Amino acid sequence: MNRLSALIFSVFLTVGLTSGLSVSLSITSAEAAGDAKHPDAIDWSFNGLFGTYDRDALRRGYKVYTEVCASCHSMDQLRFRNLSQPGGPEFTAPEVKAIAAGFTVEDGPDDYGDMFDRPGLPKDAFVNPFPNVQAARAANGGAYPPDLSLITKARSGGPDYIYALLTGYEDPPAGMTMRDGLYYNPYMAGGKIAMAAPLLEELVEYSDGTAASVEQMSYDVVTFLNWAAEPELEERKRTGFMVLIYLTVFAGLLFFSMRRIWADKH
Amino acid sequence: MSGESTYQPSNGFTQWMDTRLPLLRLAHDSFVDYPTPKNLNYWWTFGGILTFCLVTQIITGIILAMHYTPHVDHAFNSVEHIMRNVNHGWLIRYIHANGASMFFLAVYIHIFRGMYYGSYKAPREVLWILGVIIYLLMMAAAFMGYVLPWGQMSLWGATVITNLFGAIPLVGDSIATWLWGGFSVDNPTLNRFFSLHYLIPFLIFGVVILHIWALHVPGNNNPVGISVKSEQDTVPFHPYYTVKDGFALVVFIILFSYFVFFAPNVLGHADNYIPANPLVTPAHIVPEWYLLPFYAILRAIPDKLGGVIAMVGAIFILFVLPWLDTSKIRSARYRPLFKQFFLIFVVNCLVLGYLGAMPAEGVYITLSRICTFYYFAHFLIILPVLGLVEKPREIPESISASILPETAASPAE
Amino acid sequence: MSDTNTTGDGTTETKTASHEGEPNRRAFLHLTTGAFAAIGAANIAWPLIDQMNPDASMRALASIEVDLDAVEVGQSLTITWRGKPVFIRRRTQEEIRDAENVSLDALPDPEADNSRAENPEWLVMVGVCTHLGCVPLGQAGEFNGWFCPCHGSHYDTSGRIRKGPAPKNLEIPPYQFVSDSRIKIG
Repeated sequence: MNRLSALIFSVFLTVGLTSGLSVSLSITSAEAAGDAKHPDAIDWSFNGLFGTYDRDALRRGYKVYTEVCASCHSMDQLRFRNLSQPGGPEFTAPEVKAIAAGFTVEDGPDDYGDMFDRPGLPKDAFVNPFPNVQAARAANGGAYPPDLSLITKARSGGPDYIYALLTGYEDPPAGMTMRDGLYYNPYMAGGKIAMAAPLLEELVEYSDGTAASVEQMSYDVVTFLNWAAEPELEERKRTGFMVLIYLTVFAGLLFFSMRRIWADKH
Repeated sequence: MSGESTYQPSNGFTQWMDTRLPLLRLAHDSFVDYPTPKNLNYWWTFGGILTFCLVTQIITGIILAMHYTPHVDHAFNSVEHIMRNVNHGWLIRYIHANGASMFFLAVYIHIFRGMYYGSYKAPREVLWILGVIIYLLMMAAAFMGYVLPWGQMSLWGATVITNLFGAIPLVGDSIATWLWGGFSVDNPTLNRFFSLHYLIPFLIFGVVILHIWALHVPGNNNPVGISVKSEQDTVPFHPYYTVKDGFALVVFIILFSYFVFFAPNVLGHADNYIPANPLVTPAHIVPEWYLLPFYAILRAIPDKLGGVIAMVGAIFILFVLPWLDTSKIRSARYRPLFKQFFLIFVVNCLVLGYLGAMPAEGVYITLSRICTFYYFAHFLIILPVLGLVEKPREIPESISASILPETAASPAE
Repeated sequence: MSDTNTTGDGTTETKTASHEGEPNRRAFLHLTTGAFAAIGAANIAWPLIDQMNPDASMRALASIEVDLDAVEVGQSLTITWRGKPVFIRRRTQEEIRDAENVSLDALPDPEADNSRAENPEWLVMVGVCTHLGCVPLGQAGEFNGWFCPCHGSHYDTSGRIRKGPAPKNLEIPPYQFVSDSRIKIG
């Protein structure tokens, strides 16, 4: 069994090496964030080996995004049609058509060379609140509201960080002076953020009767944002689980085949 | 390649072929009936695992290139297009991205195995040097591949690394400009990196063939480090090592799959999901984990040119390792002192990796300097001296003889 | 110890087992392992092949809706569908009559007009010549329908081939009227 113990040792070493490295990387990211407060871990429905998105939270989160965030933040990577694909909010095709038609999209040029406005179609991208980065900056006191398509992947801490940021606004500590247009948030690196607290109690009226507390809206919108960043998550975890089962059985078969083959040589 | 070929063409076509281009004979002699020491442990399975990694990267890479656009205005979006629209695109990209990390993980184990068992010593010096060349090409491919998604880390990583060339006296700035095809990392840089990133894996493939050739001339080293003396010491490669390599490979793929399906971004950096912006530098630029030890060495030296020389030297010193080690004994199993110094060396490399991820300030700088010094001391002082002063353990008669007293096997293997 | 003499194509299952009495179990184990490897290979092959099929953004454009409000009698509209031109023609009474009064025996590719245009006023066709893929010109040619300038194929007012090298009538795409003045193609 000497060989088996060597194998187990090597597996441990391998796992140890990689996890050690990922830990060191996350330490790095934390360092990079300076003196920012570390976000608490939230028990998301999409965490873990079998995680899936909560459809109702996704739909509510979409409402929060469109009614609150979308006035400043774009979501360039999303198309209206994504809202009906499996693993997402799963609106029906007619619902998506109606949602898209509620937006005005610039198309063209027409036969006379002019651009024209038309109602949105499922194939269209989410409508950007600003024509370009410069306009976005100008309208927001010089700070550019980042695109939200990938925001949970583009910030260390991911969904936990975004949730902490949305719910973490408080008064600045004594002695800290805030320039006009900056707000205190302990989860932001440096503590100063150019976005005022975006969510207030009952800001959004949920059609399913859920009480729209700041925590609820934050949970919903972060679920939605995480889906926007990782629309493949459900399929990925489902496939991954089957792959792991397959590989484990296959490894077992190979192990016993190997024992048989090597039996003569020991 | 001792002895006669045992290949027997089984039908008319293979007979016809065998007298014209004996490819099947080559494959048979190299991977079927190839006499392999019968005492190889699991540390020897990483050669096969690395071949798998290379083939996986090439296949997934060719597929990604079908959907990717190497232009600064489209690169980031085309990667997202792969992730969101292309059928199974997310799977293929995550395999490719995590595959790079898995490739390096396997190659580091492979290199450390070679160091522990003295696989670089005569008559395998050329085999070792070819391996170091593969490792260098891998680093180049990985670095350029990381630039292609055109996120913040792509741009700024490329900027930092290409600026290293600026440290070269007199011609440094001209070389940097030449590499960029402009006055900073920009569209021409992205274009050429894409071209080279596609080329290098095929160069690696070519050197791998030489590496295997150079392996099959003297034959495998083995855990006891003594040469094969008789047929009693060997088994045919197939089925004994095909099944063993296969088993180890599947275990390796389990780990690989865990990352691909359940933690696909944990080895990457969040900033690379922000589109590249030449006006804003990320707060903390770090390379991928597999380059961190060299990054730590680079930053340990307080002089730009000195840092570059130290970093490049840390890799190039591997080329002359066969001549720095003065001991004639291959395996660390029979070198009690070397075994301990080897472990210290491994830990030192891991600490360097950790330091590479830390900010370059305060105690981290001091530690980086100590570890960098030790890294070079291992090669330039410890290895030459050890060979002269160390009293080796008694070496068995033959591979077969080393296996018989199995109950007394040492726990360190 | 017969298995030290493996031949090039000798698989492990065919060899003499040294464990007397259990060659079947041994062969079964190896066969199962081999079958498992094949299953895995087949499953990984599919994503690698399927990735070249039209992606989600292409599939989203596979069906489009067109507004017909602005098209007067005797006018045509050319739109792009799946990368190809589609002719939408609002035919005049005269054109409809011409199309209906042709004996099917006179046609190389016999098709009645009413099977090509469910609403006779609207003719919807893929504007690609069935000969070698050129785009025909409208209201041209000997039959006052379409004429392909590449190799001289003449189509009638129903888009049927009448003269020239093209073998088939112009293709009718799948479409349906979602309202009186709006059709969905694809």
